[in-house]
Order: sequence, then structure tokens, then C-alpha cells
Amino acid sequence: MSFAQRHLLGIEPLAPQEITTILDLADQYVALNRRDVKHGDVLAGLTQINMFFEASTRTQASFELAGKRLGADVMNMSMQASSIKKGETLIDTAMTLNAMHPDLLVVRHPHSGAVDLLAQKVNCAVLNAGDGRHEHPTQALLDALTIRRAKGRLHRLNIAICGDIAHSRVARSNILLLGKMENRIRLIGPPTLMPAGIGDFGVEVHEDMRAGLQDVDVVMMLRLQKERMDGGFIPSEREYYHRFGLDAEKLAHAKPDAIVMHPGPMNRGVEIDGTLADDINRSVIQEQVEMGVAVRMAAMDLLARNLRAARSTAGVMV
Amino acid sequence: MTTTLFHNVRLIDPEAGTVTPGSLLIRDGQIAALGAEVAIPEGAHVIDGRGACLAPGIVDIGVKVCEPGERHKESFRSAGLAAAAGGVTTMVTRPDTTPAIDSPETLEFVTRRANEAAPVRVLPMAALTKGREGREMTEIGFLMDAGAVAFTDCDHVVRNTKVLSRALTYARSLGALVIGHPQDPGLSDGACATSGKFASLRGLPAVSPMAERMGLDRDIALLEMTGARYHADQVTTARALPALMRAKRNGLDITAGTSIHHLTLNELDLADYRTFFKVKPPLRAEDDRLAVVEALRDGLIDTISSMHTPQDEESKRLPFEEAASGAVGLETLLPAALRLHHAGDLTLPQLFRALSLNPAKRLGLPQGRMAVGAPADLVLFDPDAPFVLDRFALRSKSKNTPFDGARLQGKVRGTFVNGACVFGEL
Repeated sequence: MSFAQRHLLGIEPLAPQEITTILDLADQYVALNRRDVKHGDVLAGLTQINMFFEASTRTQASFELAGKRLGADVMNMSMQASSIKKGETLIDTAMTLNAMHPDLLVVRHPHSGAVDLLAQKVNCAVLNAGDGRHEHPTQALLDALTIRRAKGRLHRLNIAICGDIAHSRVARSNILLLGKMENRIRLIGPPTLMPAGIGDFGVEVHEDMRAGLQDVDVVMMLRLQKERMDGGFIPSEREYYHRFGLDAEKLAHAKPDAIVMHPGPMNRGVEIDGTLADDINRSVIQEQVEMGVAVRMAAMDLLARNLRAARSTAGVMV
Repeated sequence: MTTTLFHNVRLIDPEAGTVTPGSLLIRDGQIAALGAEVAIPEGAHVIDGRGACLAPGIVDIGVKVCEPGERHKESFRSAGLAAAAGGVTTMVTRPDTTPAIDSPETLEFVTRRANEAAPVRVLPMAALTKGREGREMTEIGFLMDAGAVAFTDCDHVVRNTKVLSRALTYARSLGALVIGHPQDPGLSDGACATSGKFASLRGLPAVSPMAERMGLDRDIALLEMTGARYHADQVTTARALPALMRAKRNGLDITAGTSIHHLTLNELDLADYRTFFKVKPPLRAEDDRLAVVEALRDGLIDTISSMHTPQDEESKRLPFEEAASGAVGLETLLPAALRLHHAGDLTLPQLFRALSLNPAKRLGLPQGRMAVGAPADLVLFDPDAPFVLDRFALRSKSKNTPFDGARLQGKVRGTFVNGACVFGEL
């Protein structure tokens, strides 16, 4: 077992063994979560603050539940309406919060790099719950766990990621993680929704969805933000659905046992056909949500172990 | 006026392209004699250079002093002290203050404050259009009478080509120099990094380097139309260079500068989202940096500027996208430029051609030369002396330097303006 990180800011700094460590521990937490009594105490006495500068229901709930199941004292702070609007700089906010001695800080922010910035200024472990278009590491980890449980392995798979790659932190974290674990990644979407320099990512890029889905093991759909549909990036919702929406006919090009994933919330009829999303034989979307709690428990558990170890070597009382 | 003799110095002559050991005599604010052997006149103040370099003082086009409007970020006093400490003997100031320097009255305020407070020469630039809004041209004639040396809207690109073509035509009739910011405003809207794999991985909104070429191509077409005198403030990409070369070959009255940050840093410096590396245009890929260094060596790019842009802590302690752009540079310009010398990219005369001679020439100033009769604006420096930069030791009120903690070489021992020592114990 190895996990040497102080924070979980992204997939980029993680070594493949560290990813495996998180996933192995998360597997144990899946078992715990399925029991009647879902309570652990590895985070007992620790304070977890969820700071969301951007609206989120699912991710915030998942982190809250993960912390509570492991015995942490969890506080949620909705930062959209708070001091940041009064002109306080992000670093000032971080310093204020740091003075309250949190142990785990879960942060989501609309700007790339904001969580890194916060992490430089606080003494606790920081978990990135999504920063701008940069990274969303726990999403990639829960996707990885879902794939590993469905496919029995997390290497040498053909995985297609479809949709708005350019604006998606989920896509970035997944490309990094699945690349580190040595899978073949295909990106599918219109060129206006592909990030610049995509040719250097070590991935295949497809503009034809049927060709892109040929023989893949996993189809990951991404959410298309409403504000991208106004003719700025794609001509219209219906043209997008026609070319890049996942339906049974397009999915038929994938392997017969290919699974369908989506980070949610879904736009049925825009990026994915509603019936397909609900097809329990193909869609693992509900499993993704379940794995989310387990992966977040594992990540916080590992970070808390490192935090305690660092504090005891520094001679500071835990 | 005292007479000062430097002996035991290395004289850097950017015109001749030479570095020669010798002496230099200042009398009445001018260079009176220079060469291997200069007789010591009676009563002269003799400075033993101990082998240090003596070069024409730096003429820095595009310095932002935050007066009027934001004196807490930088005043003429603090900027002047920083300039003197950095070997900058002439600051050519930007009009992008609050309010903009777009009328003879505001320009007179700048001139008065500069004369009161700054120990180095200050030559103000004025806005090309009122309020830098790109709608109506400023009173170019009156502003020239009041002392404006060039006209620029700085990073506000004049979007309307009709407005710009008229301003260029009018400026041409008066012989005024117009300084443009080559950047397509649509494509670069909202961007804070250069597009490519790196910016995509970091999730930063980015602009293609092509936006610079598009901006330059547009301005060159307007120069062909109007015949105006034009200087591009910062050319930073390989793609823009062929257009610049063609325009020069075609005989257009065009020159170009680049910033010290684009010469010595690249996009990978943004890795930790350090906002002190956020500049306009954004830092480029290493290939672009190398192309720009080469263009500077070949003389295709004429000048190097600090693009000194003070920002306070409040405006930088924010997520990268939200943070203000710009970096201070007056005090780090010379040691950073010397990195190019130490790396073997440029000789010392080539550096001072771009730092001193060319900017002076472009503005029609007598400075920048190592010649008898030229103004004694000089910098004495040890090009090898190593140090680690501490941003809090900077004289600028704002400490937003990307070189904080950097190992640099090159210390200024003395700066002279019009023959008088404005920095150093000499």
C-alpha cells in the first residue's frame, strides 16, 4: 500500500500505485456502505469543511455522507453568497478558515487552480471537488472504481469519452487517470468542444461517433452545459443529439458488453437517450453514484492518515 | 557641473557592437571623451570601475506608473527609484492610468509629477483615442506640444479599423509615433494563457498565438494604407515574425519590441497557477521564446521593454483567471536580460542595442550611444555578480515580480542621468 500525498488536488500528481491504493480501500468501503450499520470511526475527532464556491448537490452530498460515515464532524459552507462577494480575496478566506483548525477541506471553485491556491495557504488536507476546467479527481476515481468492478480490470481497455471535452474537468481527470493505468482513450465530439493541443495528449480523437465507438469497452458521456448550446460552440441541441447523442443504434458499434457511464446530472435527449440511461443492463450510472461515496471515504481516510502521521512527527497534538 | 572620469571599465558600445576596456569622461552632462586612454583632467571625480561594464542607460518604453489613480501601487517617486536601481535612465510611461492620459491637461500633470519626484528621465506617452475607448482620436497635436513622445491605447486594441486608420493618418501628418498592441481582440477575449496542451491540462481559458499574428497583419495593412510611424509593443510569437519581416522589407516605417518576460520565461512557469506570471499577452511556448530571442539577435525585433505593470497584493491574490495581469520589471530588467547574455544567446552590445540604442533612436532621442557629445546617461554594472531576488527588497511599491526567489546575475553599481549619479555610492 502506498499513498504519499498531503492533498488530493488532482490526478496529475498521483502515481498508478496510489490510484490502486485508493481504489482498493474504496472497495472495502463499498462493503461497509452496503451493511445495515454503516459506521466507521477513522475520521473521529476530525473536522471536515465542505466549501463550495459553485453550486453542487450531488458532489457535496456525497462528500458529506462520506465524512459522516467515517465519524468526522462535517460542516457545509456555501460560499456563493458569502464573503467572496464582499471583495475578500480567496487567500484571505483561506486564512480565516485555517484559523478554525479544520482537518479536511473539500473545495469546489469555478476557476481552475483556485483549489491549488487555497491548498498553499492552509495546514490541513485539501480535497479538490472540482476547480474550473482543471480537475475533478474524485469523479475520475469513482469512474475508475466503477469500471474496475464492472470489467474486472482497469488496464488495456478501450474507453471512449464523448462530448464537451474542452470545458470538462471530469474529462481531464479521466484522461489522466485512465492514461496512467494504460488504457486506450478515444475522445469523441465536435472540434469546437475539443481542447487545444489535444493531439499531444496521447489519445485518439474522433469526430464521427460511430467510428469512435467501434469496439470500445466503456462509453463515458459528458454533460453538455446549457450555455454551450446557443450556437456558440454547436449549432443547436437537436443537431448535437443527432451527431453526438448516445442512443442504442450508435451504442451498437461498441462491444456488446460495453458499459455506459455519465457523471450526472444528465440532459436526456441532448447527450444521451433516456431509455438507454435507465437500461440497467448497459448503464452503470447509479453504481457511479454509489462508488462516489466509497471513493471519497477512501481518499479522506488516506489523507487523514498522512495528516496524523505528519502531525505526530512534527510533535503537534492531534 | 562636475567632471567625472570612469577608468578601468569595459565600455559597451551598442552601435559599434564592441566591448572594450578603457575609460570614459563626463563633462557638463555629456560624454566628453572615451577610449583606451583618457587623460585625467584636473579636479575630476575619478571612479575606479574595477573592470565593471559601462553601458548607455536603458530607455524603457512602456512603463506603467500608477499616477494618476492608483498611487498605492506605484508613484513617480517609487518607480523612479526602481528605475535608477535597475539602470533605467529614461522611463517612457504608459497612458493606461485612471483616468487615461488623453488630454494636454492630464499630460501636464504627469510631467509635473515626474519632474518633482523621479530621479530619472520620464517621457510620457499619451492615449491614441479618448479614454482609450477606441472611438475618437485624442488631440495628438496638442499632446505632442505638451511633450507626448508616442501614442498608444496600450492593451486596449482599437477594434474599429476606420477609427484606427484615421488616427494613423492624422498621426502621420504630424510625424507622431503610434504604438500598437498586436492582438486580435475577439480571439483573445477572456484568455489568460496560450492555447496548447499545457493550458488545456491546466484548464485555463487560452488564446491561440495566431491572435498576435492577426493583430499584427491588420496593423501592417493599415500602415500600408496610411504610411504612419508604428511600433508594435510586444511581438512574442514565432508566427508573427514573417509578417514583421515582410513589412520591414517593404519599407514600412515599423519597428517592434518584446518584453523581458517573454524573453526569459515560458508558459510552463504557469504550472502552479502563480499569478505573478500572468502577463499580457500570456507567456508563450518555449519554441516561441526561442524564435523571439533569435529575432532579437537578428535585429528583426528592435527593442526590449520591462512592460513594468505594478499590481497590489489584493489584485493578485485571486484565482488565476480572476487575477490582474502584469508584472513589475524596472529593477529586474537588466539582470533578467543578462540571462540571455550568460546563456550565450546575445552579446552585451546586442542587448544594449535593444535596451538602450534602438528605443532611443525610435523616439528620436540622443541617448543610447557611447559617443562624444551624447548625454551622459549611463549604467555601471557587474554582469556576473550573483544574487537571489527577494521581492520585498524591490523599490517598487508593488512587489509582483515573477523572479521572486530566482537566481540572477548582474548587479547595478551606479546609474547616471545627465552626468549625475542617481543610484549607487560613487
